[in-house]
Amino acid sequence: MSVVLTGATLTARADAVAEVAARFADDVDRAGRFPAEAVAAMRAHRLLGASVPRELGGDGLTLGELGEVAQRLGGACSSAAMVFAMHHGQVLSIVRHLGGSAAFADLARRIADEQLLLASATTEIGIGGDVRSSSCFVDQVGDRIHLVKNAPVISYGEEADLVLVTARRTELSAPSDQVVLVADRAGVVLERTGTWDTLGLRGTCSYGYLLTADVEACRLAPEPYEKISTETMLPVSHVLWASVWLGMSRSAVDTARRFVRAAARKDIGKVPPTATALVGLVADLDTLDAVVEAAAAEFDRLADDRDALSRVDVAIRMNNLKVTASTSLADIVSRVLVLTGIAGFRNDGPYSVARLFRDAQGAAVMVHNDRITANNAQLILVAGASQKGSR
Amino acid sequence: MNPYDGIRAVLDAHGKLASRAAEVDVDADLYAAGMTSHASVNVMLGLEDAFDIEFPDELLTKTTFCTMRSMLTAIESLRVAA
Repeated sequence: MSVVLTGATLTARADAVAEVAARFADDVDRAGRFPAEAVAAMRAHRLLGASVPRELGGDGLTLGELGEVAQRLGGACSSAAMVFAMHHGQVLSIVRHLGGSAAFADLARRIADEQLLLASATTEIGIGGDVRSSSCFVDQVGDRIHLVKNAPVISYGEEADLVLVTARRTELSAPSDQVVLVADRAGVVLERTGTWDTLGLRGTCSYGYLLTADVEACRLAPEPYEKISTETMLPVSHVLWASVWLGMSRSAVDTARRFVRAAARKDIGKVPPTATALVGLVADLDTLDAVVEAAAAEFDRLADDRDALSRVDVAIRMNNLKVTASTSLADIVSRVLVLTGIAGFRNDGPYSVARLFRDAQGAAVMVHNDRITANNAQLILVAGASQKGSR
Repeated sequence: MNPYDGIRAVLDAHGKLASRAAEVDVDADLYAAGMTSHASVNVMLGLEDAFDIEFPDELLTKTTFCTMRSMLTAIESLRVAA
């Protein structure tokens, strides 16, 4: 495996990983397999531990910086980029909620030191896609914990080094009284209950599993999931997913740009009709860029003000980001397909947007936008529409 | 062969200069010589086509296309990178 470029800039590291991811993206898609090469490159360039604070051995990257990396990966391989995004949502859920636990500080150090890959099981059969409700529960006997969870999807669970699992605190706890267990892959048995043969994002390997965990009690996260979800998991996930989708959109618009340029060169002096459509695409790409950047900046500004992060208007904005970005992505890629015509419709050739188009369709349904909008509809009943200065 | 021959050919075809490019000095301001912003885009496309290059955003500035010498510098930097 190649040696890490010590002292290399974040951009250089991200581009190096993106280059590997792009090389294998077609095969990952065709085979519906885990993007092993891209993740190995993330490890080699120490990007998996990059969100861990410096004092625990990571780079302490801001959400804006993580988003920049996610964007670059998004343009190279949607699946690899989504793995990166999901992984850091999980890492930050640990490092931002250490709660004074020595065991969890050690875990954070291990993540940075060994560049561990984190997956999560936050949904449950019978509950639907509502992450804030569980049926399964933690069964603690002495200092061992036993947990059985029937999960409809766990992305790249088999390849992960650590799996975060949500569950009810005890057998008698309410569905929303949730805790998080951080299990080593070795302490978890994953029995596939379904297939993952989808239109797009085929490399996320989001199979359904019957998960059985047998771990030490010290692996129970010190803070309640409700807190972790509101202050970290949701906003970080939405910003990083949106960053991936922004990268995918940029890649599509770049293809459109090359296509229009080639047409213009064939008849210099005439403005090709496709140029008009390209203008609109670039404008919409810039709008998406602005909204993603603003969300990342807001999170970074409020990162240590946990109370502010729990504000209703902040939650609404972070939720809307996911809906807006996923809708924009699908719209932009569709319009690029129309602009490039048959050349874009092909699976091969220099202007193909076929794989990107298929991957883009996944954004609106993983998690379903209707669920997020329904959550926001409840929140909006009490929210104002305050200007930035007063936040 | 003069490295400016290719550039002069593109200027004659698309630059809309007041005089023939052969009569314009390599350090003369082309905008002053008649090239409009609109024409400069066609010149950029023509240069990309003739030299098989693609100008990145950072080079698409007024200074790059101000004189034939600045154009040649930009073209050569892209060919070295290729």
